[in-house]
Amino acid sequence: MDFSTPPYLLKNASVQRVMLQVLAALLPGIAAYVWIFGPIILVQLALTTATALAAEAAMLKLREKPLAMFVSDGSAIVTAWLIALTFPPLSPWWLVVAGTLFAVVIAKHLYGGLGQNPFNPAMVAFAVCIVSFPALMSQWPSVGLQVSFADQARVVFGMMPRLDAISGATPLDTLKTALKLEEGTVSVTQLLADQTVYGFFAGRGWEWVTGGYLLGGIFLLWRGIISWHAPLSFIAGLTLLSGALWAWHPAQFANPFFHLFSGGAMLGAWFIVTDPVSGCTTTKGKLIFGFVAGALAYLIRVFGGYPDGVAFAVLLMNICVPLIDHYTQPAIFGMKDKP
Amino acid sequence: MLSLFKFKGGVKPQTNKTQSVSEPIAVAPLPSRLFVPLHQSIGGTPQPLVQAGDRVLKGQLIGAADGWISSAVHAPTSGTVRTIAEHVAAHPSGLTTLSVEIEPDGKDEWIERTPIDYATLPPERVRELLREAGVVGLGGAVFPTHGKLTASKTVPMDELVINGAECEPFITCDDLLMRERAEEVIRGVGIFRDLLQPKRVLIGIEDNKPEAVAALQAAVAKLGEKFEVIAVPTRYPAGGAKQLIRVLTGKEVPSTKRSTDLGVQCFNVATAYTAWRAVTHGEPVISRIVTLTGNVERPRNWEALIGTPLSEFVALGQPKADTNGYLMGGPMMGFEMPAMDAPLVKATNCIIAGSPTLFPPKAPEMPCIRCGECAKVCPHELQPFEMYWFSRAHNFGKTQEYHIFDCIECGCCSFVCPSRIPLVQYFRFAKSEIWAREKEKNAADQAKARFEWKTEREEREKAEKAEKLARAAAAQAAKKAAEAAAAAATPAAASDATPEPATETAVAVTAQALLPAATEPATTTDAPVDAEAAKKAAIAAAMERARAQRAAIQPKNTENLTLLQQKDIAAVDALRQQAGIEPSPAAEAEEPKS
Repeated sequence: MDFSTPPYLLKNASVQRVMLQVLAALLPGIAAYVWIFGPIILVQLALTTATALAAEAAMLKLREKPLAMFVSDGSAIVTAWLIALTFPPLSPWWLVVAGTLFAVVIAKHLYGGLGQNPFNPAMVAFAVCIVSFPALMSQWPSVGLQVSFADQARVVFGMMPRLDAISGATPLDTLKTALKLEEGTVSVTQLLADQTVYGFFAGRGWEWVTGGYLLGGIFLLWRGIISWHAPLSFIAGLTLLSGALWAWHPAQFANPFFHLFSGGAMLGAWFIVTDPVSGCTTTKGKLIFGFVAGALAYLIRVFGGYPDGVAFAVLLMNICVPLIDHYTQPAIFGMKDKP
Repeated sequence: MLSLFKFKGGVKPQTNKTQSVSEPIAVAPLPSRLFVPLHQSIGGTPQPLVQAGDRVLKGQLIGAADGWISSAVHAPTSGTVRTIAEHVAAHPSGLTTLSVEIEPDGKDEWIERTPIDYATLPPERVRELLREAGVVGLGGAVFPTHGKLTASKTVPMDELVINGAECEPFITCDDLLMRERAEEVIRGVGIFRDLLQPKRVLIGIEDNKPEAVAALQAAVAKLGEKFEVIAVPTRYPAGGAKQLIRVLTGKEVPSTKRSTDLGVQCFNVATAYTAWRAVTHGEPVISRIVTLTGNVERPRNWEALIGTPLSEFVALGQPKADTNGYLMGGPMMGFEMPAMDAPLVKATNCIIAGSPTLFPPKAPEMPCIRCGECAKVCPHELQPFEMYWFSRAHNFGKTQEYHIFDCIECGCCSFVCPSRIPLVQYFRFAKSEIWAREKEKNAADQAKARFEWKTEREEREKAEKAEKLARAAAAQAAKKAAEAAAAAATPAAASDATPEPATETAVAVTAQALLPAATEPATTTDAPVDAEAAKKAAIAAAMERARAQRAAIQPKNTENLTLLQQKDIAAVDALRQQAGIEPSPAAEAEEPKS
């Protein structure tokens, strides 16, 4: 009997349980990913996981922290998986490893490790890599092309030249480029009609992967791991802004549905803006954080120079967290009448 | 049907109540020794009224209430007082408290009890009766009940809330009391109702106790009362006074206000029961119902005497072999009993035998991941993780900005924390640090005030001295002048010269004396011999005045001294007298309070 401190009864909860459920929630998305793009993503997942755990262990050792307790908490694996899922699956191994190292060593441990990082480590990794290697970070596999798993692995490990034929931009990026190149001559509706690129509603293949993330998000919501505030307000921010522009000029702007299910929107909504460590903690704060991040993600992906805007939107909002939290403290029990 | 309100947060731990409700309340056998602590309520510590060797009767007053917020203590059975000494307290610290050790004689002989019809008494007298009978809040806070029975003068009393929620896991003493002694509980509530005159009386019971709800409803109907017995949703801490008030009335009592300021007051059902027994049967609070459960062969409720040593009490339940400690109270807010001879007290509602399987060792503390679970379950809608962060950083000002003093230490936050952070401990630490600092600051402020007062007094005395001195000198000079004048009557030659300067001196002296700053008798240079005499006279006068002053000063802060403090003072006085110094009231007043 542990008499140190009341309460003596504790709920069966732990950081590890939380992290494991987040990992479980990623599985539907990963399954769709494998189905659409082949098992190469599993190689990337293994690569990032191994790198993250090794970096985590090394940093814990350096910082003289208990190794087993922290390595097994699962937080590094969550970061690793999110990196693997946001990077192009045919990224060279060194890019993925560098991104993961940056996330774990610099974005996480140099700030104090678990619970202390002001920025989402996976998003830091993505931002650093897309700024440093914009070309590599923009090459996504074309869904129509059938390249054997062995050849994909060769590409990843640098044993085969990167062929333009096997990779291209994401549907989101393709749309943006097409609109830019053929300004005024082609409408979004016409472009989206091309099912070989855009699938049913949001990019061929991608709609299934992002749908899988949505499923995972609903699971997390049901398990009480996340609250609805940040993800739904993120979706609201993205939907309202894209919806307004789409309603105003449907030829120039894609519909909200397309935006929600392409790029990193779904992963961002359910797995990134819900990161408790780098996100807002108050209810109102979560709503503001999610909404503004959603709107920013849209602005950056549509008007910015990068293929997607979720990572930058989240990082920008991470900066604002202390401010938002400070001004959104809820009234406490018995003090609600006071201003 | 009354519509209920909700309080935010709360948790649903395993209730573990069924184990101890299968058997009725049993009267615990007389223990071989009783250790009755004198301090068993919030407020002043009662002074012992008995001495070692005295024979006491059951229900005899052994410690009278000290001050209005204090409560009397009685002998739980007849027997002999063995000692009045420090004995380990039912407190997690393991500190001792002044306790009366009684060896029961086995006769269990009552004092003379006078049944009273309280309706014939004025309300003040009923409150006094409760105070004299040692009736305190038996929900755990042990606040003297009579102190809560005065309605606010400005706010009308809307609701009287009676707390039978009993939300802590394992505890069933109130449940069984309500089932078995419902009528007396309701009659006790009637006393509170008569004193407070509320518009409504609401009795809240968690809906996992349908038998208790039914029993109280039947008793209310039988006695023809209009009390509403309401089943409230089972959710810890629904039995917290503020939570139950919220659920039943929708009112939220902030930490800065008393509940009567909002026209509501709350009492525990067991308190109502003891109030009834005390007022109408003349039986003071000498026993209470205690749940003995957990890792024991025979969990049940016992009516046990206050002062029963833990070892003798737990033996009644036959603890299992792997029992490794005992909790007093529930598993959410209780604490480990520090020793096996620590006594049961009025606050002891439950004793839980613990084992490694019942309460497994806690996993090591991890860093906070700001998941916000603690904020979600906090019934006072605080941000525990923020308070934790600042408590850890010793930034106590910030913890107060996050309302740390609104924390009721219910433990919901620690219960859900995935990082296994003992949040409540951090908050207790921060609170005690803040209290300690405030105490320090107050002490410093007092010292400063004392110093300033002393300086001022010294200056005033100096001025007074100078004035007296000057007056004496003037009188002397005048006298001399008169003498000189008389002398001059014969030797005419000197007649003109002498009186004149003397008068001048006198005038000068008086003028000088009017200036308070003039401390030195400068004018005495004119008459050095007289000044010497005047000085001596002044000193003698000052000493006399000081003596008179000392005699006139009444000792301060000596009304609420504990027995120990009085002993200390007596010892100091004896030493001082030996050394030839009179006992100084000033020194006594400055005695440290502890």
